[in-house]
Amino acid sequence: MSGILVVLEQRAQKSLARINWEALTAAMRLGEPASVAAVILGADTQAAAAEIAAKAPGRVISVQHPLLTPYTADGTLAALQQLIQFESPDYVVFPHTYQVRDYAPALATRFGQMLISDVTAIVEGPVFTRQMMQGRLNGNYRHTSSGACFLSVQAGAFPADLPAAGGAAIEQFSPAIDAAQIRTIPGEPYRAAAQAVDLSSAQLIVGVGRGIKAQDNLHIVEELATALGAELAASRPICDSGWLPLERQVGSSGQTVAPKLYIAAGISGAIQHLVGMKASQCIVAVNKDPDAPIFEVADYGIVGDLMEVVPALTEAVKAAKQ
Amino acid sequence: MKIIVAIKQVPDRESQVRIDDSGKWIVESDLQYAMNEPDAHALEEALQLKEKSAAAGGEVVVLTAGPESAGTVIREALAKGADRAIHILTDDLARRDALSVARLLAAAVKEESPDLLLAGLQSEDLGYGQTGVIVAELLGLPHATLILNVEKTDTGVRVKRELEEGWFQSIELPTPAVLTIQSGGNKIRYATLMGIKRAKTKEVRPIAASSLTSDEAAVVVLDKISLPTKKKSTQMLAGTPKEAAAALVEKLRLEVHVL
Repeated sequence: MSGILVVLEQRAQKSLARINWEALTAAMRLGEPASVAAVILGADTQAAAAEIAAKAPGRVISVQHPLLTPYTADGTLAALQQLIQFESPDYVVFPHTYQVRDYAPALATRFGQMLISDVTAIVEGPVFTRQMMQGRLNGNYRHTSSGACFLSVQAGAFPADLPAAGGAAIEQFSPAIDAAQIRTIPGEPYRAAAQAVDLSSAQLIVGVGRGIKAQDNLHIVEELATALGAELAASRPICDSGWLPLERQVGSSGQTVAPKLYIAAGISGAIQHLVGMKASQCIVAVNKDPDAPIFEVADYGIVGDLMEVVPALTEAVKAAKQ
Repeated sequence: MKIIVAIKQVPDRESQVRIDDSGKWIVESDLQYAMNEPDAHALEEALQLKEKSAAAGGEVVVLTAGPESAGTVIREALAKGADRAIHILTDDLARRDALSVARLLAAAVKEESPDLLLAGLQSEDLGYGQTGVIVAELLGLPHATLILNVEKTDTGVRVKRELEEGWFQSIELPTPAVLTIQSGGNKIRYATLMGIKRAKTKEVRPIAASSLTSDEAAVVVLDKISLPTKKKSTQMLAGTPKEAAAALVEKLRLEVHVL
């Protein structure tokens, strides 16, 4: 048993998303870069395999089968189970995407293992850090079994610039998949509605979270947004409740923004929200909980009740603009 | 249709979390508990499915693994309309890995042979986001994750799955199947007084964890927990709301140049 597999993900024939290179970097922290094999699956993986080979050292394993596109958990599981049995790796690394969340736990189960999910750091040991309690605590995990160790890495946790030069050799792996093994019928992806609000081009954004407590209180943050000339955005619970439309949601399931200024009002800072806004140039956090994870990414913080702080801020902004 | 909903009792999100002396867990006496929110959405989806096919009959069974005190979330689920409950009694939930917990749940589900097993997509405490998928694999059932809506079809179910960045997908699955439910697809109901009263007469079947699975060594171990380290140096602005607001506006003008 030896080597490290890192399973990358190509969506809609586009070039590979950043999180794939981050997963590759994480894989290279677990052993020699040359011992890392990047795996790409699909009906046609040629372009993606070439893209990976140009950037990565080691090997690229191209797993091609007509039944691998579109994605199904059953097809992907069958293919990767055969590849892992053939390769017997020490580690299997994934980017922590929605698709990985769909099949990787089952894949680990097939080998009597458990996926160490959403890893944010790898230190000597190896010890894997992941977040707990909505980001309020970190947990350090160790793999204690003799079999392969399965882990997925969080978006943005590792650098996307690879520590070694490319030039990997491309190999083919042909899995045996029978159409009868695939029990689900996936439909074409679709978007709910035309997006009327493009938050990604906004320079100033006021984001609101659970701390607002009630829909009737929304005017407090709307007034601040108006005073600043900012767009209003929200974390998932606010849109789930129907208080603001889905198109104003920022985070992994909504839009990704990087304005000059992002004011997070009553947002605790769960990772699902942070991935959508942590690239903002300046982050201001207003929260009544001094231990809220939002303060870890904030440039400026005010601990207090947003019902009091936000109106005061609106007044101060108005005064400054006069 | 017979639907099992797996629910978990988790520390309330407003609870203060403190690391205990062992450094491996949090001080439990500090905590208030609540039903894991994605599980509450899973329960709601199950109740709505049952109500839509009321003529055909149907049953919603809630299943939890946890200590005696997790009975609180069972009673809440029964008060909202679940028909009966199964409580796998275990005091070492936090020390079990996701595979071990899933084995317990799978053993209890197998005896019941439901048409659907619904679970929240992840817990708000450990957040592994895997239990439902592992149970599906252990039982050899098809599954789908991040589901916002479930509709019955002639041969199974059609589900709305959330993809990233505002995209969705419809998937058809044969039943029996396992679905993990994302928040936001439905509006969680409150228990009525009548519901709370009725819940007292509903069946809660306790099962000892030791009778379901043999003790197997964990494959992944939580060694230590710690407070996150700051990635940025945050300037905290103190004072009354008015003072803090004035200080921030100064920073936004002079340091950030956005005013």
